Amino acid sequence: MSAAAEERSARAPWALTAPALMLFVGVLLIPLAMTVMLSFHDWGQYKGIEPVFILKNWHEIATDPYYAEMFWRTFRIAILTTLLTALLGAPEAYILNRMSGRWKSFFLLVILGPLLISVVARTLGWALLFGGNNGLVNKLLMSLGAIRSPLPFMFTETGMVIALAHVMMPFMVLSVWAALQRLDPQIENAAMSLGAGPATIIRRIVMPQIMPGVLSGAIIVFSLSASAFATPAIIGGRRLKVAATLAYDEFLNTLNWPLGAAVATLLLVALVLIVVGSNALIERRYAEVFR
Amino acid sequence: MRRNGPLALIFHTIFVIVMVAPILVVCLVAFTPEGFLSLPTNGFSLRWFRTIANYPEFIHAFWVSLGLGALSSLVALLFAVPAALAIARYRFRGRDALAALFLSPLMIPHVVLGIAFLRFFTSAGLGGSFAALIIAHVIIVFPFALRLTLAAATGMDRTVEMAAVSLGAGGWTLFRRVTLPLILPGVISGWALAFIQSFDDLTMTVFLAAPGTETLPVRMFLYIQDNIDPLVTSVSACVIAITMTALILLDRFYGLDRVLAGKGDTGR
Repeated sequence: MSAAAEERSARAPWALTAPALMLFVGVLLIPLAMTVMLSFHDWGQYKGIEPVFILKNWHEIATDPYYAEMFWRTFRIAILTTLLTALLGAPEAYILNRMSGRWKSFFLLVILGPLLISVVARTLGWALLFGGNNGLVNKLLMSLGAIRSPLPFMFTETGMVIALAHVMMPFMVLSVWAALQRLDPQIENAAMSLGAGPATIIRRIVMPQIMPGVLSGAIIVFSLSASAFATPAIIGGRRLKVAATLAYDEFLNTLNWPLGAAVATLLLVALVLIVVGSNALIERRYAEVFR
Repeated sequence: MRRNGPLALIFHTIFVIVMVAPILVVCLVAFTPEGFLSLPTNGFSLRWFRTIANYPEFIHAFWVSLGLGALSSLVALLFAVPAALAIARYRFRGRDALAALFLSPLMIPHVVLGIAFLRFFTSAGLGGSFAALIIAHVIIVFPFALRLTLAAATGMDRTVEMAAVSLGAGGWTLFRRVTLPLILPGVISGWALAFIQSFDDLTMTVFLAAPGTETLPVRMFLYIQDNIDPLVTSVSACVIAITMTALILLDRFYGLDRVLAGKGDTGR
């Protein structure tokens, strides 16, 4: 290659990515930096936002137990949602994978399709199913004899976890499904020919191999649940606040933008640390699988 | 050996019913002839679909969503296609960092993006405008547009391009007549997936939309906050129908499994 051509090929990738890079710096990185700065500004009912540098908002979040309780609720809901999707989604992915061709693609479509359907519509469905004391879920549970009196689902954490788990389930199934595709079915056959029973095969052969899939699915589900807005807002109502709905209230109802920005910044930092940390852990633990 | 036992099939049946139930119940309630939320036990009625016509704000919001989705996905592709070609073909310093930056909107909670954009566009004097919505949506759909284009560009047969170059094609002609047609399925699917993402986004848009620029999910959300009645179920049923249509087209055109596989690992 001539020197001129070499220089051109060194410049080409930058010329091609420059527009997108400028877009991202201009309207993603700068607004994010502005939000972090906003969280250090002062705010008053009458004076509005004052561009000074103070730690008032951070101090309020650190000392007022209301915020500790709210963040704890946010992460509790996210953890329970993650557990529920893992416990139900992983076996379902395994069952799906053992189905024959046409059924497999049909049910995969049925389970993954909702991923692309409006979250508002899906949560509305749960609000209808839960709906008051004579919602369908309660009627079904009572006719099955599982419960005697109707359980409250609307405006409770239980209801939020169920609806969120439904919204997030496709991510878990997809992630475990991807791990199952890498699994060699001959290993299961080999284990069986050596006398292993179904339970042993699942515990000793399948589980260890799909674990990375379950864990990376768990990271996706956790981070999306911890920052979810539509489902907590509709099922949780106005009183049961999580981080995203609280930030929304501070911004659009109370108009205390600096405090809302501090809540959002804290959520972002916490999630990035958790996601990056657990990704690193998983990759170290399962280095051989990712190679 | 590779057969599911009866227990597995029972589990599977319950699982599928629970997955489908909320969506099904919305669509069923939408057909109720009653004036309140109920399953249509006394026959089906299109009453609540006709009622949508009396709520111009829903219809306006629908057009806003449609225009926003179509335009922002197109603009995202204008930026994403060259970037995807660069990332697919060249090994250069900063390549991984750039790719990570371009995919980062997947990792940043949409509530944070909504706040950041609200602050940014309000200071820029664009608060609540359609232009602000477009720019914000370009950022959130960019990763989807980039990913599918990148997959197409990586899997492309370079020898066709070399043949074109040897025949004297260069620059723009090469891109327009050879490269673009070859990556077009990926580009169109990227557009469709980006469109669905934009069309469905609530969390970020709810911060940016003002009366007049409210999208359909925002309008539905604000309506549900006040009361849940059969009207919002019929609107939801329409949204579900539109998404299903897009899904089926996407499946025919590109294969849904490939699209969803691209969407699946958002956290990584």
